[in-house]
Amino acid sequence: MRFAAAEIALVLRLFQADLAHQRKRIALTVIAIAWGTLSIVLLLSFGEGLKRSLSKGARGMGEGVAVVWPGATTRAFMGLPSGRRIAIREEDAELLRRCIPEIETLSLEYARHIPVTAGTKSVNTRVRGVEPEFGEMRNLHPQAGGRFLNAPDMAQKRRVVFLGEELARDLYGTEDAVGRAVQINQSSFLVVGVARKKLMMGMYSGHDRTQATIPATSFKAMHSDAEVGNLVYRPARPELSGRAKAELYRVMGRKHHFDPEDTRALGLWDTLEMQRINRDVAVGVQIFLGIIGGLTLFVGGMGVANIMYAVVKERTREIGVKMALGAKARQVMLPFVLEALLMTVIGGILGAAIALLLIFGLAALPLENEAFDLLGRPTFSPVIAVTTALVLGTIGAAAGYFPARRAAFVDPAESLRYE
Amino acid sequence: MMMIEMRAIRKTYRTGRVEVEALRDVNLDVDRNEFVAIVGPSGSGKSTLMNLLGCLDTPTAGAYRLSGESVAGLDRNRLAEIRNRHIGFVFQNFNLLPYASALENVELPLLFAGLPANERNERATAILEKVDLADRMHHKPGELSGGQMQRVAIARALVNRPTMVLADEPTGNLDSVSGRGIVGLFQELHAAGQTIVMITHDMAIARIASRVVQIRDGEIVEDKSAAA
Ligand SMILES: Nc1ncnc2c1ncn2[C@@H]1O[C@H](COP(=O)(O)OP(=O)(O)O)[C@@H](O)[C@H]1O
Ligand SMILES: [Mg+2]
Repeated sequence: MRFAAAEIALVLRLFQADLAHQRKRIALTVIAIAWGTLSIVLLLSFGEGLKRSLSKGARGMGEGVAVVWPGATTRAFMGLPSGRRIAIREEDAELLRRCIPEIETLSLEYARHIPVTAGTKSVNTRVRGVEPEFGEMRNLHPQAGGRFLNAPDMAQKRRVVFLGEELARDLYGTEDAVGRAVQINQSSFLVVGVARKKLMMGMYSGHDRTQATIPATSFKAMHSDAEVGNLVYRPARPELSGRAKAELYRVMGRKHHFDPEDTRALGLWDTLEMQRINRDVAVGVQIFLGIIGGLTLFVGGMGVANIMYAVVKERTREIGVKMALGAKARQVMLPFVLEALLMTVIGGILGAAIALLLIFGLAALPLENEAFDLLGRPTFSPVIAVTTALVLGTIGAAAGYFPARRAAFVDPAESLRYE
Repeated sequence: MMMIEMRAIRKTYRTGRVEVEALRDVNLDVDRNEFVAIVGPSGSGKSTLMNLLGCLDTPTAGAYRLSGESVAGLDRNRLAEIRNRHIGFVFQNFNLLPYASALENVELPLLFAGLPANERNERATAILEKVDLADRMHHKPGELSGGQMQRVAIARALVNRPTMVLADEPTGNLDSVSGRGIVGLFQELHAAGQTIVMITHDMAIARIASRVVQIRDGEIVEDKSAAA
């Protein structure tokens, strides 16, 4: 280490000497490294933003929920023909809750497209009747000052409604909707909450922001003939989703007389799969972007190596002198490796600084934009910092090591020849 | 035991298809505290002999023992160690590192030997004082005269207390006044017990040596010790 300390002082001096010598070339190389670092940091951060946005979007419909809807059999079963329609009955909800411990929460969902009216404004939209668990499960969170539907609403068949934020805006503009009355089907409903804005990439029957949500019991009171449109449930743990699904087909198959292997008898969408795929895609995109950034940096590294080869050639005599004085291979090589690392680090710091400036500048801009919602904003993370530092260090060390190895194999007698 | 024992040394250079026999059948013993001048015309193989003596190169054939140890077949790092411990080189063109101060140049052999900074500094300072350069320690080679540069180089050769100083035409690039100063310095070193092998053109310098070895066409043609 003592050796290294003295060497570093000499290396800095040497770097100064080289700088005077090859000013333009070194400047260009440092810029190339800075550019490479800039691109690797920006691309990785862009990938990170995309990853977070995708994962948020995939969770917008609810974390790990599954949706079930009526279907039709595709196989004959116990004397019953194929093609038979299978409906979901109100009492099935209770049955499933009781029989399948893997299911943590479950809600019925009735729905109809009907006009929702406030004063002179009227919007024809999807009105759904659900149970209180639906809100938390499906990620429907009220804005401040409001609430979602609760158990008393359900028990007392209250005429209360929770509005999607876009629907509330269409009806009331910028005014507060909570506490106001809306007409649904000639009945007056009290608005108890408006949904917070959220990113939602997967959906069935439209985005939550345009829908009106009322208690299932109130819905049934208005439409006694309504059939269950969907069952929404969430398994107790993500890894139980496969078991929960199989159990659901078994229990429903026994009650409604269909083959539990006949997966078309009931439609089922497990969003966990979507979340998994989204995550894999995002990671894939990030790796891809990282490799592109890495290649740019690699080109910069080649520039450093090139300079170092030139420097080794130029200093052949000096290498010979050091060898004559007893420098071992390691001691001959170290200055070249350090000098290459120095150039790489200077370029790296420059590039990283510019990248961070751009990333935090972009984050500070008050842009409201669909593109930002979907793609996310470039996001820096400790993993990106470590990855970039490792890639930079490796490239810098390699850019110094190979030229330095050539230095270590200089023939001292040859290099010191003097006529 | 002789400090240097060379037996039937040959060195052949191959450049493309041409072969040059730079040394043929050289036998040379050097004892402790000798001051050997190697003289001969240009191209006679003096520098080649010095490279072999200094373990900068290996002979094509023959045996070389330095302080009783055979140097045949040693790897590059081991040879570097031997040079560091046993040999102090002085070159015609000084070969100082231009960006380093006189002091740093003199510290180099100690740096390669792995000595701590304070010890390096002490020893390098002491030896620079001995060659009368106490007031030039922090100067770069470019700020020194030829004679001063060669004294820095001699200090660098001596700083690790080598078994032998090897000098190749140390006065070749100096004016006669500076050259005489350097010769005087070598004389003092010899008087103090330092073993020296010096290549030179100059018969006047050769006369102050304790022994003169004449070399021609890669062979030793005369080997005369001065009458003490
Ligand atoms: N590396 C080399 N490659 C080829 N020939 C060489 C090499 N070094 C020396 N020679 C040749 O060997 C002979 C001896 O050279 P050298 O030892 O330098 O002589 P001196 O130092 O006595 O002038 C010369 O003919 C020279 O051209
Ligand atoms: Mg010569």
